[in-house]
Order: sequence, then C-alpha cells, then structure tokens
Amino acid sequence: MGAIVQFKNVTYNYPLSDIPAIKDINLSFEKGKFYGVIGENGSGKTTFCNLIRGFAPSFYKGDLKGEVLINGKATVDYDEGDLALNIGYVFQNPFNQISGVKDTVFEEVAFGLENFGVPVDEIERRVVDIMKLTKIEHLAEKNPFSMSGGQQQRSALASIIVLEPDILVIDEPTSQLDPEGTESVFEIIAAMKAAKKTIILVEHKVDLIAEFADEVIVLKEGQVIRSGKTQDVLSDLSLLEHGVQLPQMAIIGDELIKRGVPLDYIPVTTSQAMEQLEKLLNKEAK
Amino acid sequence: MAYIKLKGVSYKYPEGFLAVDNIDMEIEKGESVAIIGQNGAGKTTTVKMMNGLLKPMSGEVFIGDLNTKDYTTAQVSRKVGYVFQNPDDQIFHSSVYAEVEFGPKKMKIDEKRKEKLINYSLKWTGLKKHKYENPYNLPLSIRKFVTIASIIAMDVDVVILDEPTAGQDLVGTLLLSNILKELQRRGKTIITITHDMQFVVENFNRVIVMADKKIVKTGTPKEIFWDFEALDKAMLKQPYISSLCYKLGIEGDIVSKQEAIDAICKKLNIE
Repeated sequence: MGAIVQFKNVTYNYPLSDIPAIKDINLSFEKGKFYGVIGENGSGKTTFCNLIRGFAPSFYKGDLKGEVLINGKATVDYDEGDLALNIGYVFQNPFNQISGVKDTVFEEVAFGLENFGVPVDEIERRVVDIMKLTKIEHLAEKNPFSMSGGQQQRSALASIIVLEPDILVIDEPTSQLDPEGTESVFEIIAAMKAAKKTIILVEHKVDLIAEFADEVIVLKEGQVIRSGKTQDVLSDLSLLEHGVQLPQMAIIGDELIKRGVPLDYIPVTTSQAMEQLEKLLNKEAK
Repeated sequence: MAYIKLKGVSYKYPEGFLAVDNIDMEIEKGESVAIIGQNGAGKTTTVKMMNGLLKPMSGEVFIGDLNTKDYTTAQVSRKVGYVFQNPDDQIFHSSVYAEVEFGPKKMKIDEKRKEKLINYSLKWTGLKKHKYENPYNLPLSIRKFVTIASIIAMDVDVVILDEPTAGQDLVGTLLLSNILKELQRRGKTIITITHDMQFVVENFNRVIVMADKKIVKTGTPKEIFWDFEALDKAMLKQPYISSLCYKLGIEGDIVSKQEAIDAICKKLNIE
C-alpha cells in the first residue's frame, strides 16, 4: 500500500537561517495509523508539521530540499485549497487558529465548512456532533477570544476535525489542559483513528503516547533519531540522554530489571507493567 | 502565624461569574506549595488575589501583616510576584534583558544590585545565551522561562508560578525543579499551579486540591494521591506510579518511584 505521507530526503531551512530546521528526513506514513512525534523543544517538531501541511515553504518561504509527498504528490505542487481539504492542522497555540471573524464558538467551528461550501443544514448537524464529541457544547455562544487556554484548545481541535480531513496533524493539543481534559482529547483522537484517519500528533505526554500511538518518531536537532513501533521506541532508555522523556512505566521497569526482577520486556504502559508483575506476584504467592 | 492568609475569600468576575467561593487558605513563609485541580476550578483566580491583580469581592487576603485591600497592586506585587499562565500576557519588551530588567528598574533598585539580580535570574533560568534575543523569537516553552526570570529578578518574597510545566520537555522540567529548589533555599515562599501530578510528587511537600471554586483538601502528596474521594471530586487521577501500586495491591500509599521499586522488590522477595 502506498504511503499517505512521505518524506524523501527532506532538508529545510527557514529564511536567513544557515542551520537547517529539518535535516535529511526519509519517512513513510501509512494510512490509518496513529503516529506520535516527540523530542525536546527546538528539535524541529513544529517545522515537521508545517512541512506536512505545506506551510513550509508556501507560507514560511525558506529553502526546501527533497520532497514531502501527500498521496504521492509533492506539497509544493498542490493548490492550497486541496491541501487544506486533505490535511487538518491543529496549531500549537490555539490563539493562532481562531479566525477572528466569528463572534461565537459555534460559528467558529462552522467556519471551515462554510468555506468548503457545505450545505447549511449539513453544517449545523456536523458542528453540533463535533461540539458534543469535544465537550464544548456549553461554550457554543461564547466569544472564542474570551475563553481559557484549555477551552480554546478544545475549540481549535473541534474546528479542524469537523472538516473530516484524511490526515490530522496536531501540535501539542493538551498543553493547557487538565488531566481529564487531556485524556478526553486522546480519546477523541483515538476515535478519529477508528474512523480511518491518519494521525500525526506532537505531544510531550509520553505516557499517553505509549497507550495510544501505533508508532513513534523521535526528533533531535531536526533529524529523526528513532522511529518505529511505540513499544520498541519508548522502551529505549538511552533516549533519556537525548533529552527525551520516557513513560514512567519504562523508567520503573528498567530499574526493576536492574534490581533483578525478571521482566520479559520493558513495559511502556501501566497495563503492560501490570500484566508482567501480576504474573510474577502470583508465582511468588504459590 | 501563616505568612499568606486567605479568610473567607470569594471572587466574582465583572460579568457575574463566581470563580472562587468562600475559601480559607494558609501558607507559611518559606513553604513550597502546589495547587492542583481541573481547568476552571478557581486556581488562577485564587493566586491572582494573592498578588493584588484581583481584589476579593468578600473576605480578606493577608501577606504578612499587610491586608491586600489597603494596598495597590503595584505595592503588593513588590512582595508577591505572579508568573502568568500564558507568557504572551506578560512579555512586552523586545529583548530578554529588557524584559527581565523592567521589574527591578521599576522598583528603583540601585544599578549594581539590579545587574546582579538580572544576572542571577538569567543564570537560573538558563537564559544567559538568549540575553539579547527578542522573546518572540524563542519557543513558547523558553518564553515561559523569560517570564519566570522577570519575577526572580524582582527579588520578591513570594513567587507564584501558573502552570510552568505546560509544554515543557524533560530538560525544561528539570530546570524548573532546580529553580524551585534554589528559590526555596533562599527562603522564598513558592506557590505553583500545575497539571503534572508526577511533578507535584517530585517537588512538593504540600498540595492544595481545588474543585468547583472551593478547596477540597490540603495535605502531603501521600495524603492527596491516595484519597480517592478527594481525587474524584477534583476529577484527578493518581500519578502513574501510585496507580500501578494500587492495582497491584501494594500498600503504603506509595507516590515516589523509589518507594515503588522497593515495595515491588520486597513483595517479590528480591533482596
């Protein structure tokens, strides 16, 4: 099966910058998979998202070497409107996402559909559904600018997923959210994956990435230093030395092994840790 | 007597929204306290009343023997520094240095001490290399440290940090831990709002849980993170490590990694 997103020898420099923000990236993304993108701040995660969405170079200009392909076609060869239809992009700072031309959250969420020329009754139905899913129904009449950071983040997410793009690129959607809100965002994203969307999520909360993502990509100084199955990548303790946070369960699992606890493998989620430790505890009890 | 004291404090925003409902809170001088709870629980409103950014609708807020209602925000903020949740609400200078200099300059601190304070705060926030950079050329997570540096440079008695852990990576989180330790070593009183429960466990001895405009519970991380009723009320969950121990039936109200490792090994009869 062909890749839905593909990086071919991609190196990218912002204008006036000698140091590439992204360096020699070759990667393929499969349709319907959930990819977590992690790495320290300044490692190029947001630029990576901008390259997929085509904002780099179309908006940021700069110098792109190699190609970023969406469904086999280079981003630079797309019309802006077609890229927007294919790829939903949720910005890191929700403030940057708000259109500024709508007075209520309801209208804000409907804005994209209006621009795509969707019939009015369908817009209404889809907006209502998405606001329910993202738990912002009660904010329908609010002004988008008068909301808290967390509320803005949810509305920004709603205004993108309502467009039902095939590819969702989401940059740190939970930084302002409490633990419950964060989990609900991950559940929403998981629901998008179940609807066969391809998800590319930048996130620092590795414990949740461990639970939800199929694959993980680790960036450092613009380069991919690890990529592969979530379990394989996040159990690699050497990543800590690269300033990459790892799941609590991987850290504790590694230390338990060092103390002589015979775990079969380093767990990355609580259920993996539970499964192995329960087995050992039952054996001990006998 | 407690250094920071809130007595029967309520706050209603001008548009009529009641954000804090009759709370009492006491924080000792030199204490480092975390406030946790859902978005909208009243955390930010509460701390903004401590530095005079907001004045209570009813009740009283004391900093030492100073009742905040008798003083202007400018006066209170010389004692109590508040680092905004969103750094972009705070930053308004075109270089890191100018931003950090603003507070001590405004307080008319003499030149020599001012330079010392600025250098000290840039050093602890890891910003020395960005001294002449425009804050808006820096990533959001680093901009947060610019706002922290501006407050440290004012040498205030009380430092309030509103969600400093948001969007921080491993290095940023460690840097924050170090700043908290250093401020405490210097006798500062610290209040930190955060959603990162592991950070709370690793950095604070006292935790205040807020939910729905009120205080649900105050206690040590052990007392808070094993009180399921309080956690439920505040829609919070145990940190991953505590949760693992709970599910494995390991006793001892475990919150730290080391405790968990020791307890698991003990249960498995490994040294």
